[in-house]
This record gives sequence, C-alpha cells and structure tokens, in this order.
Amino acid sequence: MEHENENETKALQEQEQVVNPWEVSSKGKIDYDKLIDKFGCQRLDQSFVDRVFRLTSRTPHIFLRRNVFFAHRDFNEILDAYERGEKFYLYTGRGPSSEALHLGHLVPFMFTKYLQEAFKVPLVIQLTDDEKCMWKNLTVEESKRLARENAKDIIACGFDLSRTFIFSDFDYVGGAFYENMVKVAKCVTYNKVVGIFGFTGEDHIGKISFPPVQAVPSFPSSFPHLFKGNDKLRCLIPCAIDQDPYFRMTRDVAPRLGYNKPALIESLFFPALQGETGKMSASDANSAIYVTDSQKEIKNKVNRYAFSGGQDSIEKHRQLGANLEVDIPFKYLSFFLEDDEELEHIRKEYGSGRMLTGEIKKKLIEVLTEIVEKHRAARAKVTDEMVDAFMAVRPLPNMFN
Amino acid sequence: MGFSKEQLLERLQAQQIKFSQYEHPVVMTVEAQAKYVGHIKGGLSKNLFLKDKKHRFYIVSALSDTKVDLKVLSQRLGLGKGGLRMAPEEAVGEILQVPLGCVTPFALVNESAQHVSLMLDEGFKTQECCFFHPLSNDTTISLHIQDLHKFLKSVGRMVAYVDLEANPPVGKDQPPDLAALVPSDTSSITDVSEKTAALQIDNSKPVSVTVTGKVSKVSSGQQKEKMGNTGNSFADPEKLIEEILEKIKVENIKQHGEQLGDVAFARLHKNLSSDLKSLAVMFKNTAYTEGFFAGTHCPPKRL
Repeated sequence: MEHENENETKALQEQEQVVNPWEVSSKGKIDYDKLIDKFGCQRLDQSFVDRVFRLTSRTPHIFLRRNVFFAHRDFNEILDAYERGEKFYLYTGRGPSSEALHLGHLVPFMFTKYLQEAFKVPLVIQLTDDEKCMWKNLTVEESKRLARENAKDIIACGFDLSRTFIFSDFDYVGGAFYENMVKVAKCVTYNKVVGIFGFTGEDHIGKISFPPVQAVPSFPSSFPHLFKGNDKLRCLIPCAIDQDPYFRMTRDVAPRLGYNKPALIESLFFPALQGETGKMSASDANSAIYVTDSQKEIKNKVNRYAFSGGQDSIEKHRQLGANLEVDIPFKYLSFFLEDDEELEHIRKEYGSGRMLTGEIKKKLIEVLTEIVEKHRAARAKVTDEMVDAFMAVRPLPNMFN
Repeated sequence: MGFSKEQLLERLQAQQIKFSQYEHPVVMTVEAQAKYVGHIKGGLSKNLFLKDKKHRFYIVSALSDTKVDLKVLSQRLGLGKGGLRMAPEEAVGEILQVPLGCVTPFALVNESAQHVSLMLDEGFKTQECCFFHPLSNDTTISLHIQDLHKFLKSVGRMVAYVDLEANPPVGKDQPPDLAALVPSDTSSITDVSEKTAALQIDNSKPVSVTVTGKVSKVSSGQQKEKMGNTGNSFADPEKLIEEILEKIKVENIKQHGEQLGDVAFARLHKNLSSDLKSLAVMFKNTAYTEGFFAGTHCPPKRL
C-alpha cells in the first residue's frame, strides 16, 4: 500500500538528495534504498529475473541481469496476467529538451525494445514537447522540431513499426486522450499536485495542469485507434525512477476512473562520467557520452573525465586494488558489457589491483564505441517518411503477434 | 590415401560407366602411350598439371594435337601474362596422388585434389571415346568424355569444357573469359547456394527460401500446428534471422563435420545474430514505411 504523502517533497528537499522529474542531485551517492522507501515502490529481485527468463524463453536483458532496472510497482501482476494469457502494452516517453542524446537517455529505450521483443506486445511512446516548451521556455516550433529529431534516435533503437506508436503531445492531445486528461484532472486537487511536484505560487498554470498529460497514456482508452473496446488492457511503464511521482498520482486516480493501475519498472540513473553524485546532464558535454560522439571523442572523454576508482600510484594500486564502488569505468561496463563472465573477470582483476585503470578504460572505450557506432548506423537508416509512419494515427492489427 | 586404379575402376563400374581397358608396359609420355593404343579409334589425351602464383592448381586435359599456349590460358584465366606454369614434380604426388607421367582427370577423385580446376578440351566432345590413365601408367582406359564429366561432377569437382586454341582478347573492356575456372575458397559458394535451395532441413519450418512476403498458408498443415500463427512468421525479424542462421549451421556442419561445425557455428551465432536481427528490424520498418507512404498518397478511389 502506498501513501499519499503531501509533505513528502518538502521532507525530501530537507534531506541530502533531491529526486523529482526536474531535478536529481545528491550530496554523496544516490541512496536508492532510501528512495525506494520514500517512494514506496518495490525492489526487483532475482526471482523476477528468473521468472522473466522462464516466460520469455530468452536471456534476460543485461539491464535486468545487472540490476539497472531495480525497482517496480506491480510488475508481478503483469507477469501473472501474462502467464494467464492476458496481454499488456508498454508505455514510455521522452521530454525532447535537446537535440543531443546521450547514452543515459537511451537506457529506457534499449530496455523497452527488449521488452517489446520478448513479450511481443505493442508500445506507445510519448514525446512531451509541450512540457519542454513550458519548462525550458522553448518556442512551440522548436520543441516540435526537437521531438521529431529525438524520434529518429528513438526509432534507431530498433522498435518494430508494426507494433509501435510514437506521438507528440502537440500533435495528439485531443479527442479521447483529452477526455481522459480532464477526468484525471478532476481527481487531483491543487494541494495534492503541489505536494507531489513541489509547485509554488510563482509557477505558471501550464506547469500545474501538465501532469495529467503524462498520466493518461497509461489508460488504453486514450488510444481508441489502437485499443478500442479493450479498456481493461494493462499497462507497463519502463522509466527512470525520477518519473515515479507522475505515476504515483496516476495509480491513485486509476481505480476512481475504473481503470487498471499502470505497473512500473524503474531504472537507476546513469552516472555522469565525473562520478556518482548526479545524473548525466545534457547541458554538460563532458558529463556524458553522446550518440553523436566520434571514436576519438569517446576515447578522449573516457580517458580525461571518467572518474577512476584506481589508486594514486601503481604500487598502491597493486597493493590495495581499485575502489569498485566509485569507479566509473567499471560502473559503465556493468551497464554495457554483455558478457557476464568477462565482467566478473574484470571485477576480480581490477578489484585486486592486477589490472590498471588504463586497461579498464581501454575496454570501456571499445564497448562504448561499438554501441555508439551501431546506433549511428541505425540512425542513418531512419528517414522522415519512417518517422511519419511511426507517428501516424493508424491501427496496428498485428500488435500482439 | 589416394585411390588405387582398382578402386577407381570399381567406382566407374558401380556407376555403370562404360569403358574399355587396355594394359601395357609403363609409359611416361603421350608418344609412348600412342605406341600401344594409338591405333584404336578415339582421342588420345595429353594432360598438363599447372600451378599459378597463388598456389592454385589446374589440370588441362587436351587432345594430343591441340595446341595449348600457357601464356594465353593464363591471361584468359585472369592471372596475367606469366601466371601459369607447370606444377613441380612433388605436387603431382602430393596433390594428385599419382605417379609422374600419370597426370589424368581421374586424379580429381582424390580428396587432396578437391580444389584443382579441370579444363577439358572441347575437342573431346566430338570423339567417340577418349583415352586417359586410370591413376596408373600401365593402363589406359577409354570412355566417352561425357561419362568422365558426369563422374567427376558426381564427386563435386569443378569441370569445364574449354576451347583451348581460342585466343580472345583480354583487356579493360573484355574480362578474362575463363576467370570463373580459377579455384578459390569461394568456389564452394556456388555449390552452397545450389545445395541450400535444394535443402529440406526441418519439416516443421517453412521451406521457402525467398523473402517475398508470399506467406503461403498452403505450405503444409503441419507447420500450423507447430507454430500457431505461421501466417506471420515472415513478419517476425527474429524468426527470419533464426531461419537463415539455421541454414548456415546445416551447411557448416556439412562442410566441417558435426562437432567442429557446431562449435564454429555457435561462435558465429553469438557474434552475428544480434546485429543481423537489428538489420532485419530496420529492413521491416523500411518496407512498412514504403507501403505506408504509397498508401497515404493514393489518389481517392474513383466512384
């Protein structure tokens, strides 16, 4: 049972770490256990990973194996229903605030693509161009343009056009979607939304009325061209844990509207190159690896800026080994190095001091370069017509096959 | 171990190939051979064992009075002017596994000679029968050249008829006309594609090889039971790639034997399958997009 804690945001801000959809920062490392406690979601343990393996008959995604997606709400109910033969659909999204995407942005999309393939379910992707227009003070044209540009990078992650619908708020809001927005808005008082999101009297009314926009894609009736008549279809939302407040609100409202509560599966933040104290920021070019970075740039960034847990001198390092808790190259490898055995080997060698920082950075550069190049190659194949097709309001007859 | 004359003759008989057999003292040259069988009607052959600069081997088997110009042949094969020369004596034993003076098309029956390219004089075709050593210098057999051709093809060898006296120009606009006869690792690819087209691997998988989207629901009821929604198996990029990899696996095992084939394939599968699947998804998306674009730009139906 989760609580509606009106003073929760105030309490959060008084503590060391701040986690909400618009700000993630902390004095030290992010304490995810505390976060799970405060938010009231569940830890995703190994039994879930095993169960997913059994149900999908394929190796669980690296993000599941390495606990990158580490928290959930009602994921067990999704799996129970799936076992009974009841399908679900996926919902994820992006706030198109900048043209440049970094690897941290791709994390939820890579995982969602895996979920789509493994469970053979449809997906809706929301591009909140209106949100960015409001929060980042962009023009409407600019935010719509960014939405389309970001859509191309998203498509490059490998989504199946025959079961994916991408939409931008400026394009799609209206009709049944807007009807649901009004229904949700009626259920959430001003005080509550201030309590959840920390709005103040100075914030403009656009911000305050935005949350329903991000809530209603969780309800199948928002997409009559896709799910007509299937009002009880469940929804699973893969997202980063800072989005949790939106969906806490949504889950609160859903039963009152006669809808199923959406389930969530949440990831931790991709650490910045410089260390664990926050998440990658699109405004600091050296905090992240961008999908447009060249091989040279990746090499440079990792060698210069990746925070190392190695010791100051070679002798000390051979003696004490590296501090794997704070070492960024090792952290990144745990996100992206597919081979479990190889990672384990590196853990032992680097942790004991036999492997030096230069070596592990070299390995990381190799792995990251491969991912970025693969993404770039796929991105080059995405045409404007393909974006139009993904964003067209059209039926998806084979979405569950 | 190389085939013996007896084994070869047994094989020929087993395949019901008609031949006549003549025993004589050991001969090392065509002239000497002619002394014993020259009076019999038919084409006596001279057989050259050749090698190019990249250590590829060729047998040129010609009627004894056909003029063979190695320089011209070399150019026609695309090896340049001086690319072909007589193979060293050791190679005759090593590769063809026959004694010196016994070079013969039949030597291709040996495994060691599997990559040797055989060029048969077109002139043989007009002869009632032709004379060759059956892996030994003390015997000559005569048979119809088509039977020889058939026999060697049955062992999977590269055999071609060539007009050995022709001298077509070879240059920028005229590619070497015999280039296809040069043995290489890829020479087996033409065999592969022939074989896979004929391959019936697994009755539970759809058999068609071409991706035309014509998902024939007729393609056997058994598949429907096993796969449920077979109607959409070509809409699934993953299934498509798995099918393709399966065909490669079977071919791999055929080439390298069960164990080695499996191991080599497992590596291939691990490294390639994810990349191939991504490509397949993009391909599907592109196809869908093209259809979508065409559909949305259709002029409205005239009533």
